[in-house]
Amino acid sequence: MEPMQTLSSPDLATQSPLRGDPFLVIDNVSKVYPTPNGPFTVLDGIDLTVLEGEFICLIGHSGCGKTTLLDTVSGFRKPSEGEVRLQGKRITRPGPDRMVVFQNYALLPWKTAFENVYLAVHSVYPEKSRKEKREIVREHLAMVGLDEAAHKRPGQLSGGMKQRVSIARALAIRPQVLVLDEPFGALDAITKEELQEELLNIWRDHRVTVLMITHDIDEALFLADRLVMMTNGPAAKIGEVLEIPFPRPRDRARLMEDPEYYNLRNYALDYLYRRYAHDDDG
Amino acid sequence: MTATSTTAKPAFLANLWPFAQQQGVKILPSAIAILVFLVIWQLLCMGEGSNLPPPTTVLTETWDLIIDPFFDNGGNDKGLFWQIMASLQRVAVGFTLSTVVGVGVGILIGSSAKVYSALDPIFQLLRTIPPLAWLPISLAALQESETSAIFVIFITAIWPILINTAVGVQQVPQDYRNVSKVLQLSRMQYFFNVLLPAAAPYIFTGLKIGIGLAWLAIVAAEMLLGGVGIGFFIWDAWNSSQISELILALVYIGLVGLLLDRLIDAVSRLIVSEDV
Repeated sequence: MEPMQTLSSPDLATQSPLRGDPFLVIDNVSKVYPTPNGPFTVLDGIDLTVLEGEFICLIGHSGCGKTTLLDTVSGFRKPSEGEVRLQGKRITRPGPDRMVVFQNYALLPWKTAFENVYLAVHSVYPEKSRKEKREIVREHLAMVGLDEAAHKRPGQLSGGMKQRVSIARALAIRPQVLVLDEPFGALDAITKEELQEELLNIWRDHRVTVLMITHDIDEALFLADRLVMMTNGPAAKIGEVLEIPFPRPRDRARLMEDPEYYNLRNYALDYLYRRYAHDDDG
Repeated sequence: MTATSTTAKPAFLANLWPFAQQQGVKILPSAIAILVFLVIWQLLCMGEGSNLPPPTTVLTETWDLIIDPFFDNGGNDKGLFWQIMASLQRVAVGFTLSTVVGVGVGILIGSSAKVYSALDPIFQLLRTIPPLAWLPISLAALQESETSAIFVIFITAIWPILINTAVGVQQVPQDYRNVSKVLQLSRMQYFFNVLLPAAAPYIFTGLKIGIGLAWLAIVAAEMLLGGVGIGFFIWDAWNSSQISELILALVYIGLVGLLLDRLIDAVSRLIVSEDV
């Protein structure tokens, strides 16, 4: 089933036909885990093409393999079948070009906010001078409004501030793709809205390609260019891809007044809670 | 009158008093307990036929040793300070060795689940061997009492350090590992920025257990090996029926053991982040 090009030859000539690829291609990706009761299929033939600078949200019930899918993009998991390509290059392992913002922040608790970001910058740009690196860190912490708290440790920061540090860390290394796994899931509603708006501003300024898992339809409608809705697992597929046509920059208040917003919202809700209702999802 | 005299006191005294009160409240119960213990001891050992001296006799008989811990008449005839220092020196060498090797090997085997599961039973077996059981074999192998004593310290203290370090390495949260993978941290960067700080609380638990065992082992080993040292001092006191000196040495051993334990605690507080 695999296309010939994937017979992992490092030879550039064999890869050249892929140059015409769009930015990020998830190509017929399946993930099967062997279990004592036979193989267990988590993902079944996922195809998705993402353009450069696009903002994609992924929605689906828990256990439908969203995280597994993103893990094949970030490189933490290898697809059992198919492949993921970034700019024509097959993804085989994690790398800073696909930086991840983790749901529980994954900040090192023994380092200050500044040091956490600095570690990332230092690792990705070892050739830059100390002064340059410090400047990058400062700039990105300021971007998420954390200049004041730069020298606090994660233990002294609120959840929202921690996620800001995590986003600053991710953007400071200029990734091509930003992968976010339910980044605002653990935050209160107000902090969440603030961070959504900040993320949107940053995305507009940086023109970074974003893949984001969310459970929140409103969040997806506010942020995304396209909303990818997955079917229930096991053997989850992409059920439907919803184009979110609202012009940018988006204003939350005006969005809420748009009748199209409710059409899309109801459509997505209907998809999730009627067509793919999940028994054990609260 | 009283009001004017309190306000006349310098500020630091005024601050000192509540502090002293606070500490007093903490210490008072233990002080009472120790006093009760001493009184019972005194009552039990006061009689003529008692095998052990009461605390008052211990104090009068050892008063010279207590007030002059620094004398040095050559040979084994040294003040208690030098006896304890000699023992501490051996512990320092042996414990440093076991820290270096224990942490190093612990990190290596902790990094590989296979190696860990292969070696863990061996460590579990070796760690239950009592310190003194190692002494004859180390004498046989090393031929020299000083090195043997240090080896006994080393082999006694290394197991808790090694096992705790290995567990600490295995406990590094997956999130931190994932971040390191995405950032493609070099081995050195990962080691110093992630692995070591994450394992540090476990390592210090191992060190704390290790130092206690080391102190335990050195006293026992010195009894058999002789020379200057608090362990042999006890043996010597027993042989010359100086029960009071023996008891004084026990008190000192206990105090030093406690200090060693607190020392590791203090170092750990300096190094380990409270946020881990």
